[in-house]
Amino acid sequence: MKPLNSIVVETPPSGIRRFFDVASRMQNVVSLGVGEPDFATPWRIRESAIYALERGYTTYTSNAGLISLRKAIVQNIEERYGVSYSPETECIVTVGVSEGVDIAVRALLNPGDEVIYHEPSYVSYDPTIRFAGGAAIAVPTTAADGFRVSAAALEAAVTPRTKALFLSSPCNPTGAVQQRSDLEQIVDVAVRHDLYLIVDEVYDRLTYHGVHTCMASIPAARPRTILLNGFSKAYAMTGWRLGYVCAPPEITEQMLKIHQYTMLCAPHVAQYAAIEALQNGELDVRAMVTDYDRRRRFFVRGLEAMGLRCHAPDGAFYAFPSIASTGMTAEAFADELLQEERVAVVPGTAFGAGGEGHVRCSYATSLAQLDEALRRIRRFLERRGCLPVGQDGRPMEVQA
Amino acid sequence: MTAILDILEQDSHATPDRIAALTGLPEDVVRQQINEWEKSGVICRYKTVIDWERAGYEPVHAFIDVSVAPERGSGFDEVAARISRFPEVRSVFLISGGHDLRVIVRGADMKQVANFVSERLATLERVTGTQTHFLLKRYKEDGDVFFEVEADHRLMVTP
Ligand SMILES: Cc1ncc(COP(=O)(O)O)c(C=O)c1O
Repeated sequence: MKPLNSIVVETPPSGIRRFFDVASRMQNVVSLGVGEPDFATPWRIRESAIYALERGYTTYTSNAGLISLRKAIVQNIEERYGVSYSPETECIVTVGVSEGVDIAVRALLNPGDEVIYHEPSYVSYDPTIRFAGGAAIAVPTTAADGFRVSAAALEAAVTPRTKALFLSSPCNPTGAVQQRSDLEQIVDVAVRHDLYLIVDEVYDRLTYHGVHTCMASIPAARPRTILLNGFSKAYAMTGWRLGYVCAPPEITEQMLKIHQYTMLCAPHVAQYAAIEALQNGELDVRAMVTDYDRRRRFFVRGLEAMGLRCHAPDGAFYAFPSIASTGMTAEAFADELLQEERVAVVPGTAFGAGGEGHVRCSYATSLAQLDEALRRIRRFLERRGCLPVGQDGRPMEVQA
Repeated sequence: MTAILDILEQDSHATPDRIAALTGLPEDVVRQQINEWEKSGVICRYKTVIDWERAGYEPVHAFIDVSVAPERGSGFDEVAARISRFPEVRSVFLISGGHDLRVIVRGADMKQVANFVSERLATLERVTGTQTHFLLKRYKEDGDVFFEVEADHRLMVTP
């Protein structure tokens, strides 16, 4: 038979898939490999979805989504970041941020156009850009720099074919939260080279140190920004598949065509639930953030006490420790840790070559599980003589 | 600082070391603060949530709404204090609405609770009426859910 699409065929499956396959066949695994909240969706949100089902809200909605939801979305952005969008012409409800990424790059790119993104970062940016016929250009961020995205590094990667900069803050897997001053410099680069800004802010509510800066709140960014966000992380609604895009009308107009023909609309019941989330879910979000923050401190301190340095996991729910002290590659570390101690972590390389020397540990799991994971990782390091050694030659407790 | 109380309310076993790790506060600060609260009575005592039914016991609980003729000078306080002193009384609240006090009583069986109400409570001076509701099934108490625990439905590894 004739060959399938070559771009798709040449794209490797996600590096996460392999670990999933191995880990799911094992017993007694403590998983730090889960990229989603360990909370179920807050009950008030689920309850309103049940109500919507009972009342028969089981149909399509308008392509862009329920107007009442779009109004609630733009109102929320306005209150939180002081940026206003028109619910009628500048907001589309999508099937998760995942779809938002897809329709953003498809609306923007001609074949061969380049999108510059930073790495390590979320697994789907690179393939989604390539599926859209574009070229994904990775700019590394480093632990030494706290995984800051540098405007100079982005600018150095700009070519005449560059169409957009793709940013993600807070970042999966590093937990890094970009500073406003850095973002302002990045906006200057975008203006200088006339580039669009695509920003994935799905973790905006999950910051523990410093504040999240909404890209569109920088005035020069607003006309060239495609803002992507959703309900998966803040409201623990991953399985509902709901996100949104806000952007200037000339961009959303094109994005809406793709959404209209390929997705038709986001799930109706999920849209109802999301209205409740925005209107009454604030206390639930805060309670979850408080809880993540405690586990974050506890877990990061535990890792650092074993000599695994964690750099600024100020947001999201991941620690991204350096495993340089073990001399192992990220793949080998993750593989052997899983085989020997049944702790699942994701090698940093799953998020791009720049993730080498690191593993992603999600602390969105119970304290008891985190405790157990730390015990097992310690045992794993001890066996390899990789625990920090004190003056007496014995493994040392490093105070974080 | 309320984070310390919050954590202890969830887990009275939480050590100062652990609380320090969870909050980022220095351990000695946590230890000292807990000491102070224990002395000042902010922390009354440490207790354990027990599902007695699961342990094979079936104590009987009743909610008793009590109407009281308040006293000049002390209002409801004196009667409420008097009721509170009975060991079978678990809780006493002054409430708004049709009755004045809501009393929660625990006994070994229904007869014991009924006797308490008719012989002790209803006969108290200034108690003008009682209405007894026996507890049939406990679903949630003080934030703890006593029916199914929701399972974790997440896959083992996700992006
Ligand atoms: C950075 C980032 N963006 C997007 C997504 C996907 O979000 P959604 O569930 O809204 O499609 C994830 C999920 O892990 C993520 O970590």
